[in-house]
Order: sequence, then structure tokens, then C-alpha cells
Amino acid sequence: MAVEYIQPEYEVVRNQERCIVCRVCERQCANQVHEYLKDSNRMVADDSKCVNCHRCVALCPTRALKIVKSPHTFKENTNWSGKAISEIYKQAESGGVLLSSMGNPENYPVYFDKMLLNASQVTNPSIDPLREPMETRVFLGAKPERIERDEKGRIIRSLPPQIQLSMPVMFSAMSYGSISYNAHESLARAAAELGILYNTGEGGLHEDLYKYGKNTIVQVASGRFGVHKDYLESGAAIEIKMGQGAKPGIGGHLPGEKVGMDISRTRMIPEGTDAISPAPHHDIYSIEDLRQLVYSLKEATGYKKPVIVKIAAVHNVAAIASGIARSGADMIAIDGFRGGTGAAPTRIRDHVGLPIELALASVDKRLRDEGIRNRVSIIAGGSIRSSADVVKAIALGADCVYIATAALVALGCHLCRSCHTGKCNWGIATQRPDLVKRLNPNIGFRRLVNLLTAWQHEIKEMMGGMGINSIEALRGNRLMLRGVGLNEKELEILGIKHAGE
Amino acid sequence: MYRNVSGCAISGIISRSGKRFSGERIIESVATMRERSNGLGGGFAAYGIYPEYKDYYAFHIFYNDNAAKKECETFLEEHFDIINLSRIPTRKIPEITDEPLIWRYFVLPLPTKLAASQLDEREYVVRCVFRINTGIDGAYVFSSGKNMGVFKAVGFPEDVGRFYKLEEYEGYCFTAHGRYPTNTPGWWGGAHPFSLLDYTVVHNGEISSYDANRRSIEMYGYKCTLLTDTEVIAYMIDYLHRRIGLTLDEICHVFAAPFWSTIEGKPKQEREELKFLRNVFSSLLITGPFSIIVGFEGGMMALNDRLKLRSMVVGEKDDMVYVASEEAAIRIIQNDLDRVWSPMGGEGVIVTVEGVKN
Repeated sequence: MAVEYIQPEYEVVRNQERCIVCRVCERQCANQVHEYLKDSNRMVADDSKCVNCHRCVALCPTRALKIVKSPHTFKENTNWSGKAISEIYKQAESGGVLLSSMGNPENYPVYFDKMLLNASQVTNPSIDPLREPMETRVFLGAKPERIERDEKGRIIRSLPPQIQLSMPVMFSAMSYGSISYNAHESLARAAAELGILYNTGEGGLHEDLYKYGKNTIVQVASGRFGVHKDYLESGAAIEIKMGQGAKPGIGGHLPGEKVGMDISRTRMIPEGTDAISPAPHHDIYSIEDLRQLVYSLKEATGYKKPVIVKIAAVHNVAAIASGIARSGADMIAIDGFRGGTGAAPTRIRDHVGLPIELALASVDKRLRDEGIRNRVSIIAGGSIRSSADVVKAIALGADCVYIATAALVALGCHLCRSCHTGKCNWGIATQRPDLVKRLNPNIGFRRLVNLLTAWQHEIKEMMGGMGINSIEALRGNRLMLRGVGLNEKELEILGIKHAGE
Repeated sequence: MYRNVSGCAISGIISRSGKRFSGERIIESVATMRERSNGLGGGFAAYGIYPEYKDYYAFHIFYNDNAAKKECETFLEEHFDIINLSRIPTRKIPEITDEPLIWRYFVLPLPTKLAASQLDEREYVVRCVFRINTGIDGAYVFSSGKNMGVFKAVGFPEDVGRFYKLEEYEGYCFTAHGRYPTNTPGWWGGAHPFSLLDYTVVHNGEISSYDANRRSIEMYGYKCTLLTDTEVIAYMIDYLHRRIGLTLDEICHVFAAPFWSTIEGKPKQEREELKFLRNVFSSLLITGPFSIIVGFEGGMMALNDRLKLRSMVVGEKDDMVYVASEEAAIRIIQNDLDRVWSPMGGEGVIVTVEGVKN
């Protein structure tokens, strides 16, 4: 018998007294954890296959199941953690790059959790959003530096293309391929219902979803999958993906087994072939090349669509953003290192990039120092987990935020971080028809609408507490933030005072 | 430096026909609202008071000492033709103490310097004011317009008026401010009005959009050194009116923009204009309670925040228009009013003087 170096991380605990042997768990688990033993008429589980996605737990009619962390442990060692040891075993066995999904789970500081918001007392009344108007509408897009008037003295209202949003939140890029059709449809319909935008990601746009074009950002990434004239023209904005927070410096990879007929059509690649986006855009080796792509896309769409340039937050992000602002882009999307992914090399996901809070603060400051902040809108993403994170990001200087992981969680994702296996039991990060159908877009879209409706209420409550009744007065309003437990340098970069100051 | 939070009293009087009257009346008006001040700052802006020098920029400057004065005057001589200079006349009263040196200069930019700078005249003046205020320690230009002047100090406003002998000045428009700060800066420059060129602002309120406004306006070369709401508003007016060329009416729609629900109900042309202004100048929207009176050459504008969270009343009698935080402050000087009303939140009241350019 082979030596088992790696022991299961979780144990599936079944209360045999409660179990009625209905075999739902068995049917629901694409990882084939559960098995029915006919002879003894009972269910058993193979812990080693469990990814802790809770699908079986959530569907067990008698609540007979729970997943617990295995107490099995290595000899304690603060340097050589069990994780570090296990990863070596894996690589010694496979010779391969470690793969992971979703955002960086490691123990780096979360600056959102070290900032507190202000509220009015005495000198300035707080405003009750249930009794007074409270506005969250935002416009994204470049603003003119001067105004011109016609012969009657009226302002000529010509503006570069703008996007209007009911609230400063959009669904971030997730490709059709990395997530299912039903997940895409849920996002598209929710965006339309909410008056915001979702983003196709780099996998093209399924033809059935063209009707949500007004609420769609179409992405152009280094692989150019699914990019054609109708695609570019179908959306409200075009995003050039230069990088992604979860994997700065590398491209995407969709394994051939996920490329079925529909995805093959949408991406315009043969069925069953791996869809590998190059690490760089091979027509962009420098900032002036980016400018050419920005204007190529504008030319192709008659200057009617704003162009977003999305970058991963990396060390030199402020200077890069300044270059992008001067390249003709209408918006810059900055993706922090905790941003999610359908698949990324573990080492890159866990060790490359910057927290979005610091990147956002330094980009906003840099663009203001250079007097070009109004030329671009800033969209911040990379782990916005709640309405409080939204408010803090806006106060740091973002025009809008991108959410993706939070949206998937609303659709049922349990952050088991196994998207790369393609066996998502919740029908989100999979293309297996039997799994995809588990996500009902009629329910999914409603849950997304609920989530953002709730966030909007909360955003209004927090704004009202600060005495602010329109979201634009919060943007870059860093006096509304105070740091707790941050050092001088961190406060300086965030541009905020410490609590008590 | 900490942000300066304050409550306050404001008052303004203007003659539409440009008839000049004594500063006595504005003192009387603002004195009525003594309850709204706490003696930590008062001030006045007076328009039309220097007709004999109306083509020259009148700089009012505080100096901490003679060294600062000397350094500043060297700077002025290098950049301006100084046509007249003198101490600003004051009277010694026990209520006002610790006064700095207070000087007045009537100046015009040196033509050669102005040409070399490639700036228009007013921009040149603004930049020189900023250079003095941020670069010369102990010197502070608190008034820099033509045919107008700001007079301010630490004290109750009526005492400040008497200190500056305001009753001896005649102008077509006066505004006044009594301050109720919740901290104690004790610095004369921190009193209202705040001004740049002929724009002056007196302000009652605390704006919750402060840092968004400040960080936005600082992009355009303004430096907010005093950390008061009013300073930011003064710069925002200068930026939008002088540099961008918005009308005062449009500025009201930027500062106290109508709610989207109101905008949606407007006729198309107006709706599109309001939407344009809100979108393009979104960073200059002011939220939180405020009432402001803006003085400028040839007129006066009063504006409340969009929710009307601060009191402000307007009265009219013949060619005179009165604005004050309280109706009593108008009644005390003119009880026989043709009309008196409280403007709605965000509804700008703009009064211009016939025959004076604005």
C-alpha cells in the first residue's frame, strides 16, 4: 500500500442517529465524498475528497452532517506549519505548480478593518435616510477641464462618455468559462435590475446575454477571447484587462475540459482546447502601446464607450495609474491582492501585489498631486466584503468599487477555494450541466439584488450618520476616516489621522 | 493643525441702486445676534468703500512684527506698483486687544512682471497673495480686491466694527460675521470673512463634505492652510466663477445641487443642465448645514444648504436687500419691510447692483 503523506484537512461528521439514508449527500457531492453501503444500509464518507463546500450540509434534510477541521496535526512548529509541510509533499509528488482559487487567505493586514468612520454630534446634524433624500447615484467617466458656451451663453453639455450607476458598486470581471452560464445570467439580470453594471471577464459574451448590454462591461484581455465588433458595441463600457489582483503578472488559464460547445462559440476557440491568455498583452509592451489600444477600441466603437484599464495593485501602482490617466483611458480599475480568481498559482496569489486600501490611497493622491484626478474615475476592487468596506473605499478616494467574491457568496459560494477543479457543487464555478442547473438564475439574481439593496441601505445609514446626503461628498473625504493600530507610515500612505487625533 | 468647527451669525446689506451708506448699520444688525457669537472672531466685508482708488487692488495685511512687514513689502515692491500705503485706522478699545500690525496697500501689478508671468492680471494677483500667505512667516493678506475691503479681528463683531471705525466707511454693500468656534485659535486671520480678490464669504455652518471639497480644490493650486470650511468655500467660488466661468446661479446648483428626484422633474433643457453641473462638478457639492453670504464686486449672493439646516432670512425694502441668520437682525435696522422670506434650501438669492460690472 502506498504511503499517504497528506491527511485530510476536514472530517465529515455524520450523526448516524439522524441520518435517514436518503442519499442526498451522495447525489449532491461532485467530489464523491459520500458513499452508500448497501450491506449495512448506511452512509460513509471519504474525508480526503472533501473540499468543505457545505453543499451536503446545506441539503441534508435532518441536519445529520457537519464538517469539522481535523484535529490531526503535525508536531507543532511556528516556522514549518502543517500547510508548508503538506505543500512540499504535494509538490514532491506531482512536480507541479500549486494551484489555488479565490482570494489570498493569508494573514496580511486588512486595512479596512483598521479604519473607523465618523459620525455627527452636536455641531452638525446627522441625517435620517428614512426621512430625507439620501443619494448614492454616481457617474463614472472623464470630466472636462473647462466648459464652453454656445452663442446664447448656455453651457455646451458635451462630455466624454459616462456611465451612470444607482450606487457606487459594480460586479467585477468573471468570465463565462470560469463561472457558469447561470451565474452570468444572474449577474446580468441583477445589474439590470439594480441600475449598475456587471463585467463579462475575458471570456466573451454569450449571445443570449446581449440584451443586458446597457448594464454590461465587455472585457478585452490578453487572449482576446470572444472579442469582435458586435461584442465591443454590445456593452456600456470596454475594459482592457492588464492585470488581476489575484495573479499580477500572469495571464488566465481555462482548462480544455471546461471548453464545451457554448464556451467554444463564445470564446471563439475550438472545443476542448485550453484557453490560455498570455501574461502580457503582446501588443502592449509599454504605456504608449496601451494608449494605442485604448484609442483602437475607441475608434472601433465611435468614441461612444468609456474605456476602463484594469490593473493589479503592484508596488509602483501610483505611477502606473498616472500613466494610464494620460493614455486616454476614462477609468482605472485597481485590483488589490485579495481579489478572487478561478485559478491561480498559489505562490503568486499569496505573495504578489498590494492591499487595495494602500494602492487606492496612493493612486488617488498621486492623481490629485498631478492635477489629473478628474480625467479618470477610479474603481477599486480586491476584497470589498461589506457596505462598510464600500464606504471606506469611497472615503479613501474611489469613485466606485468592484465586487465579485461577495457576489458569488450571495449566489451560494462557500469559499471552499476549489474553483480550479471545475466541480463546484453550487453550480457557480463549473461547466458541468448537472451542477450548473443547481444555480437557478431566477433565485440567484434575486439574491444579488437583495444583497446590494441591503448594502445600499447600510451605505445610506452610514452617510446619514456623517451628515452627508450625497455620495459624491464622501468621495476622497478622508477626514471621515481614522486609523486604529496603524503606524505613522501606514497613516501617511492612507492619508488619514489616527483615532483620537 | 486641526479642523476648525464653528457655529455663527451672518448678516448682509446691499443697495441695488449702488447708493452708498455707512457701516454703522451692519454693525447694528450683527450686534443683535450676539448670542450666536462667542467673542472669538468677528468681521466685515465692505464694497464700494475706496472710490478714489477703485482701479487698484486694495491689500489689507496683518503682520506679526516689523520683520514680516519688511519682508512682505520687499515682495510687494518687486511685484507691484504701490500707489499708496498706510496703517488701517483703528481705535483703541478694551474689548479688542493683541492686535497685529494692520496695513493697507493700493497696488497694481508691475506691467513687466505681469507680462513675463503670462498670466491674466487677476490670476497674477491671486498667486502673489498665496505666495505671501504661505511663504512669508508672520504676514497674511486678508483682503485683496478692488474698491472693497475686509476688516476682521478676534472679538465680538460689534466691537470689531468699532475697532476698525467701520462707521466712517461708506459702501453699497456690507456683510458681517460673528463667530462661535468650538475651539480657540485666537488668530485674527481665522476670523471671517474669507476672501480672495473681491470675493468674500461669511459662513454659518459646518460642512460634512469638507475634505472632499478641500482635496478637490487643492488640485487647482489653492492651498487650504486654515482648515476652515469657509476658506474652502471662498476658493471654490473663485475657481468656479473666475476660472471656470460659471454664473452665480450655476454655482448655487453646484454647491447646493437639487436632489436627483427634483432634477428628474424639470423640463428637458434645465434637467440636462443641472445633471451636467452635478456630474462635472460633483466634488464641489457641499453637504452639511450652511448658510453663506458671498460678496463680490457689484453684488451679493446668499445661499443655504440643500436641506436648509441653518436659518437664513431675506428682507427687501425699496432698493435695499437684507440677509441675516435671524429676522431680528434685519428688523433692528429696517422694520418696515416690503417683503421678508426664508429662501428654500439650495435656492440662491443673487442681488446685483445696477451699473457695476460683475
